[in-house]
Amino acid sequence: MSTQSEPLLVIEGLRKSFTLHLQDGLELPVFNDVDLTVHGGECVVLSGPSGAGKSSLLRCIYGNYLPRAGQVLVRHDGALVPVTGAEPRTVLEIRRRTMGYVSQFLHVIPRIPTIDLVMEPLLVRAVDAGRARDRAAELLARLNVPERLWRLPPATFSGGEQQRVNIARSFVADYPVLLLDEPTASLDAANRDAVVELINDARARQVAVVGIFHDADVRDRVATGGFDVAAYREAA
Amino acid sequence: MSGQSLLRATGVGKSYGDRIGCRDVSFELWPGEILGIVGESGSGKTTLLNCLSANLELTAGRVEYDTRVDGMADLATMSEPARRMLMRTDWGFVHQNPRDGLRMNLSAGGNVGERLMAVGARHYGNIRRDVIDWLDRVEMEDGRIDDLPSTFSGGMQQRLQIARNLVTKPRLVFMDEPTGGLDVSVQARLLDLLRGLVRELGVACVIVTHDLGVVRLLSHRLMVMQRGRVVEQGLTDQVLDDPQHPYTQLLVSSIVSV
Repeated sequence: MSTQSEPLLVIEGLRKSFTLHLQDGLELPVFNDVDLTVHGGECVVLSGPSGAGKSSLLRCIYGNYLPRAGQVLVRHDGALVPVTGAEPRTVLEIRRRTMGYVSQFLHVIPRIPTIDLVMEPLLVRAVDAGRARDRAAELLARLNVPERLWRLPPATFSGGEQQRVNIARSFVADYPVLLLDEPTASLDAANRDAVVELINDARARQVAVVGIFHDADVRDRVATGGFDVAAYREAA
Repeated sequence: MSGQSLLRATGVGKSYGDRIGCRDVSFELWPGEILGIVGESGSGKTTLLNCLSANLELTAGRVEYDTRVDGMADLATMSEPARRMLMRTDWGFVHQNPRDGLRMNLSAGGNVGERLMAVGARHYGNIRRDVIDWLDRVEMEDGRIDDLPSTFSGGMQQRLQIARNLVTKPRLVFMDEPTGGLDVSVQARLLDLLRGLVRELGVACVIVTHDLGVVRLLSHRLMVMQRGRVVEQGLTDQVLDDPQHPYTQLLVSSIVSV
């Protein structure tokens, strides 16, 4: 991974474990001593068997899980800023402008039309509503979400349609750092292609991508490098 | 990101003789930030809300607010007229029961217009225009402007209470179970409405609720209270998805999903 550019994401000595207080304080180790640096234009694919901690690592990067040790730094407004230990408002600011995340499932306020949900990341950045709507429409079209569905809330959509709404929401705002948790899991071949194209377009824009992809074909088409999370398993 | 906090609580405590309402609560709230306070009944969250909003006298610590004129000022040592002015203009308070926050013998329009008049609006035409605008923003029909709130459904009363509180463009709104008494179909709509208005106006909020779904969708930060103390606080989704304290783990794992 030789790149002259400055890294966009730096992980140092990251350790995650869970303490289950309701199970007599049982300790569940996940990973320890993870170091990872990602530059713009790279797509690092996390690997390891189910339960190795791939999603946990993504969530620690996003500030959604609390690591036990180590730090996560993200280039935000030109400087490497720690996500770990940061004030909530700082993490939210980083998420608003710098770091996007596609989760496996869509979590949104019920009864809001799809197009409004997809526009939202732009509205919170104070983008003009008309432009936000155009950009949202463009992405939904690119992801083959039929136009008749745009005005409906996604609750009744199929799994694949919901996932594409989720992807549209995360690609609408051109984040410099993107975290993708199985974005193609329930998509058919045509839609997988659309997502691969979006990811590779983002890479061409020098976006740093970290993702989990179970589909080998998708993985081969987007990855610039791999990272085996299982190698960092901590003994219980 | 502004460099000055709006509200600062330092070691806030309230006890009733031997009984502790809340104790040792410290935090800073920033402009536009939404703080959720959760915990079961009796955990002290409403006591804390009343301490923060100067509705209860503290027995320990202090609460300071960034006033428009004098900057950071201790609420306890502020003059009574100054404090009342703050509550009428810079603050809002949305009660769980809209009857506690509305004047039931005043028309819907009167309820909203009264707050405007309290901050000095006198021109009838302008007041009426602003009132109609706000009733529209909370999705109430113009035709209901002269009706008494008692003729409204619970959801409409709550939306009216929100309009009454937001019409003066406060910088800080306290909310006590704002979606508490409403049925689920009305709740979702109200949540979306609140979220939009709060974003548009950049208003900071302290919201007390026992509904973790409400805070997930609405609040930036979360404080979890148990027996009068804050046992955990942080970014809302982090506290809910990776809770650290035994009580928070119990709270999160007790949600019934449908």
